[in-house]
Amino acid sequence: MDTLNAVERNILEQVADIHKIPEGAYNIRSNGVLSGRNTTANIDIVTKEDKPGIDIIIKPGTKNESVHIPVVLSMSGLKDMVYNDFYIGEDADVTIVAGCGIHNCGVDTSEHDGIHTFYIKKNARVKYIEKHYGEGDGMGKRILNPTTIINIEDGGYLEMDTVQIKGVDSTVRDTKAYLKEGATLVIHEKIMTHGTQTAETNFEVDLDGKGSSANVVSRSVARENSKQVFNSKINGNNECNGHTECDAIIMEDASVSAIPQLTANNIDAALIHEAAIGKIAGEQIIKLMTLGLTEAEAEEQIINGFLK
Amino acid sequence: MLELQNVSYQVNDDSDDKEILKNINLKINEHLVVITGPNGGGKSTLAKVIAGIIKPVSGKIILDGEDITGLSITDRAKKGISFAFQQPVRFKGLTVIDMVRLAAGKDITIAQACEYLSEVGLCAKDYINRELNASLSGGEIKRIEIAMVLARGAKFSIFDEPEAGIDLWSFQNLIQVFEKMYKTINGQVLVISHQERILNIADKIIVLADGNVIDEGSRKEVMPKLMKNNIACPTLLDKMKQEEK
Repeated sequence: MDTLNAVERNILEQVADIHKIPEGAYNIRSNGVLSGRNTTANIDIVTKEDKPGIDIIIKPGTKNESVHIPVVLSMSGLKDMVYNDFYIGEDADVTIVAGCGIHNCGVDTSEHDGIHTFYIKKNARVKYIEKHYGEGDGMGKRILNPTTIINIEDGGYLEMDTVQIKGVDSTVRDTKAYLKEGATLVIHEKIMTHGTQTAETNFEVDLDGKGSSANVVSRSVARENSKQVFNSKINGNNECNGHTECDAIIMEDASVSAIPQLTANNIDAALIHEAAIGKIAGEQIIKLMTLGLTEAEAEEQIINGFLK
Repeated sequence: MLELQNVSYQVNDDSDDKEILKNINLKINEHLVVITGPNGGGKSTLAKVIAGIIKPVSGKIILDGEDITGLSITDRAKKGISFAFQQPVRFKGLTVIDMVRLAAGKDITIAQACEYLSEVGLCAKDYINRELNASLSGGEIKRIEIAMVLARGAKFSIFDEPEAGIDLWSFQNLIQVFEKMYKTINGQVLVISHQERILNIADKIIVLADGNVIDEGSRKEVMPKLMKNNIACPTLLDKMKQEEK
């Protein structure tokens, strides 16, 4: 942590809300190398030997602890790839804060591809927060491609908040989940794209266990000439409940495609999808203007609220 | 004081210009003024013209001696005009506390926001963090809209049919809100309403029909005529005009 410069510290604040050394376990990766690590009695972090990345091992029954594993890229032209595996013991209840920020002030492309795999044991609960952020005035692209693979055993629970609001030129976000009996998955995705940025999201959830459920909700704002594609697929393979929703605001010359897909392979699978894409309603802007906001301020309030 | 001078408004309907407001002249100087009249008579249009939501094709709007005709919605709001919509707008993501704070124009505390919500009969703790989205009923969102006007505390508050969408039980509460506003606020309140109980607390009643002001005066002057004539019926409206002549 002490080895980080001001730019890197700012990125760290953006992606993980870290202002100082975080409490609990953490692993900070900066420009492809370890920059700081702490483990606790219940949470161990081990460097992989066969490929870049870490194993995060959380003991059964661990309660109210957190792990921060942010990644910072400030070196233009660096392509970084990591494999992080999370082993969450039975009955644990923890918060995991990940995220990646790129500062690129050069001409070469900077890219981070993170492959996170979760093994959530019986009745464990995880809150997973993931933020992606880019900055820098260079011509080089800022690319982030997160892949998340989620395995939830009986009665397990994962709530995933994934946010990308600013500065990422291109992203392909793949999430694949497998749920066993009584397991629950809740995903809230928030994305905003500007300029010529592109964002593609691919969710696929297999509801394999009896009584499993998934709620996948995406809210996005596409501005200027940016393009977004949202693919969400839920497969109901047992008595289960699945819901997927895409809600997008489109502005200027942007483009958004929402492609929800449901497959019921069991008569007791209850699956729902919703998708709505549209511009900001004129009446919303007028309402906020009657409260004294300018048109531009009203628009920002609506977007900020939508993505809050 | 708000003054309308020769205000007209028209829309193009199937290539025909249809006059919605016809050369309206009004002075609104009383504390609580109610505009009433038949559906389609131009009441909501008049309210929107005052708030700047639509622009008149001719005429002037004067607020406390200042011509505000050319001002935007935002500038009129900053001059002290607030507006409660007949059909409140819903927002995904913005919560009740967000909206009440925006209305107040400052970062009021949750306790202060709760006071405004309680005044319109909402159990504040149940609502404060809820989004202003489709999960709220028409009556709930209507009362939140009214709470926002209370939070705004403007010198000229317009309510467009506040009773619409509110159940009978809540209507009594609504009357109490207006009675309390009557006693506590320094500014003026303009209410568009068909409800006799709201008309009964007005200092002045304006009757608008077919884009014209067909009657205005104190409650004592106007109410007996309203009760005698069914102004919602055009034939009786004509009769009323003939009687006046």
